Amino acid sequence: MDLALLAQHALNGAMLGVIYALVAVGFTLFFGVLDVIKFSHGDVVMLGAFTGLATSIGLSSAFGSVPPWIAVIVITLTAVAAMALVGALMAKFLVLPLHKAPTLNVLLITLMAGTVIRESVRLFYPQGSNPKPFPRLLPDGAVNLGRLTLRFDSAILLAIGVIAIVGVHLLITRTRLGLAIRAVAQDPETASAMGIPFQATVLATFALGSGLAALAGVVNGLYYSEVNFSMGLLLGAIGFSAAVIGGLGNVYGAILGGFIFAALQTIGAVALPIASAYKDVFAFGAVIALMAWKPAGLLAERSAERV
Amino acid sequence: MRTPSILPALFATVATAAAVVLLLLADQEWEVATMAGVAVAVLLGGMRLGWGETVHRSATAHRRIVTPVTWLAGAVAIFLLREHNFELLMLCTVMIFMIAGLGLTVQFGYAGVVNFAAAAFMGIGAYTTAVLMNSTALPHPVVILLSGLVSAVIGSVLLLPLLRTRGHYAALITIAFGILFRTFLEVNDALGGPQGLKVPGLELFGHAFNDAIEINDDVEWSFYLNYAAGALVVLFLAYELVRRIERSWMGLALDAVRLDETAASAFGLNGAAWKITAFSIGNFLAGVAGSLYATITAFIAPASFTFSDSLILVSIVILGGLGNPLGLLPAALVVVVLPEKLQVIQEYRFLLFAILVIAILLLRPGGLIPRRAREYPE
Repeated sequence: MDLALLAQHALNGAMLGVIYALVAVGFTLFFGVLDVIKFSHGDVVMLGAFTGLATSIGLSSAFGSVPPWIAVIVITLTAVAAMALVGALMAKFLVLPLHKAPTLNVLLITLMAGTVIRESVRLFYPQGSNPKPFPRLLPDGAVNLGRLTLRFDSAILLAIGVIAIVGVHLLITRTRLGLAIRAVAQDPETASAMGIPFQATVLATFALGSGLAALAGVVNGLYYSEVNFSMGLLLGAIGFSAAVIGGLGNVYGAILGGFIFAALQTIGAVALPIASAYKDVFAFGAVIALMAWKPAGLLAERSAERV
Repeated sequence: MRTPSILPALFATVATAAAVVLLLLADQEWEVATMAGVAVAVLLGGMRLGWGETVHRSATAHRRIVTPVTWLAGAVAIFLLREHNFELLMLCTVMIFMIAGLGLTVQFGYAGVVNFAAAAFMGIGAYTTAVLMNSTALPHPVVILLSGLVSAVIGSVLLLPLLRTRGHYAALITIAFGILFRTFLEVNDALGGPQGLKVPGLELFGHAFNDAIEINDDVEWSFYLNYAAGALVVLFLAYELVRRIERSWMGLALDAVRLDETAASAFGLNGAAWKITAFSIGNFLAGVAGSLYATITAFIAPASFTFSDSLILVSIVILGGLGNPLGLLPAALVVVVLPEKLQVIQEYRFLLFAILVIAILLLRPGGLIPRRAREYPE
C-alpha cells in the first residue's frame, strides 16, 4: 500500500473520529456529573440531524435561496439549541428522579427514551422511515495534493469538529461553569456545600453534552449527505464504546476513544484479509477485548471501592 | 395460624387461564381493549384490597395441589384453542418469550448480571438448531438441548470481560456483543446472510410436528397444537428449574451476590462463580427459547435478533416485575398479544412499550407483580 492511499484512509478515519469523539464526550460528561449512562444519546444525535434537516427545509421555504454558509450556521445553531433543551429536559424529568435508584434503571429508562425518540421520528416525521437526503451546503471542490484528494467539505467539517472539541476543553478548564462541572463530578456533596447549585450544574452539563450530540448529528449529515431514523443506535453504541475505552468520566479519554474506534473501523475495513463488511464486527470485537484487558478504560481514574 | 383456604389460588389460576383464552379468541378491538382495561383494574384494585396477598398465602399453603393445577390449566387453555392456528402461534410466541424471560430473570433478577443481548443468545440457539437440523440426523430434543448449550458456551466468551468490569462497562459489553452478532450474521454467507435460513419442522419419536392432527374426516386440529404443547413442556421445565434455583440455597447465594458482592464474599461466597453460573443458565434458556422459535416459525433471519428485540425482552422482565417469574405471563401477553390484537397500535408498539417501561420505572419500579421478599418457614 502506498503512502497516498494510507493518508487518504487516515483522513477518512480522522473524520469519523471527530464525529465519534463529539458523541463520546457527551457520554463521559454525563457520567462525570451523575455517574449515569444516558443511552438515548445516540438518538439525540439523530434527532439533532433531523432538526437540522427540518430547519434547512424551513429556511428554504421561508426565504427562498439562502447563502449556504448562513444556512449552515442557522442549521447548526438551531439543532444545537434544540438538543441542548431536549437534553436538559431529559435530565430533569427522567434522569434526576431516578438518581438514587439502581444505576441499571437509569440505563433502562434512557434506552427507552431513545426508543421513544427513534420511533417518534420514524412515525411522525413525514416519511420518517426512509433515509432522507441531507442538503449539500458545503463547497464541492477538492484539492489534489499529489495523489491525495482533500475535499473542501471534509476539511471544513474536520475543522468544525476540532474547534468544537477545543472549545469544550477550554469550557471545562477555563470557565466558572467548567469549574462547577468538575467540582460536581468530583464530589457532589462538597460542591453543594461550597455553594455550587447541583441541579443547575447537572442540567447545564446535559445541555452541553446534548448540544455536542446535535453538532455531531449535523456534521454526520453534512458528511454523508443522508440521515436516517435508525442511525442513532449505532452512533450511540459507538460513542458509548469510545467513552468506555477511554475511561468514563475522562473527557480526554473520550476523545482518544473516539479516534481509536475510528481507527479500528478503518483498519478493519482496509487491512482485514476477509471482507471489509466485517469492519464493525472487528471493531466491536476489539472493544470487548480491550474491556477485558483494561476493565475501566485506558485512562481510568485510580479508585478504590468504598464499602 | 389457620391454614388458608385453597379456593383463592384455584380461582386465580382458572381465571387467568380463561382470560388468556378469551383474550386470544377476541376478534373485536373493543373486546380486547375492554379486557385489557378490566385486567388492569383487577390488578390495581386487587393490590389495594390485598387479593394478591390472599392468593399468595393460599397458593403457598397448598403448593402441591396448586402447582399441577396451574400447568393443567395451561394445557386446557391450549387444548381449547386447538382449531385456531393463529391464536396458538401467538400463545407459542408468548411462551417462548417467557422462556427467554426466565433466562433473563436468573441473570438480571437474581445475580444482577446485565445482559442486553438476550435476542442475540436466542439467535445463537436458533441458528444452531437450523444448522444441526439441516445437516445432521440428531434427534430433535437433543438438538434443542444442544442449542441451549452452544448459546451458553458462546456466551462464556463474554465472561472474562463481564467479570472484570461492572455496571455500565458490563452493559456495554453485552450491547457490543448484540450488535456484533447481528452484523456478523448479515455479512456471513455460510449462514444465509440477510436472507436467513429455513428450518425443518420438529419430529419427536416419529411424530412430525408439522402434520395437522386428524381426529376423523371432519375434525382436524391445528399443527400448532403440537408446538404449543411442546413449548408448554419446555416452559414447565424451565419454570421449575428457575423456581427451584430461587427457593434453594443457590437463590440465596445469588441474591447475596447481587445485593452486595463485597459482603457476600466476606461470607465465603464466590461472586465470580455465581455470576458465571447465572449468566450461563440464562443464556442456556435463551438458546432453548431461540431453538423453539426457529422450529415454530420454520424460518430465521438476522432481522429477528436485533438490539431492539433484546430491549423488548428486557422490557418484559422489567414490566412483569424484576426477579418474579410469575410476572412474565402478563408482561409477555402485553408485549406479544396486544399489538397483534389492536391493529391501531401495531405500528406504534415500540413507541408504546418504551413509554410504558418509562412509566413503570418512574411510578412502579417493582413491575406489574413485584417480587416478594423471601419467606422462611418457622
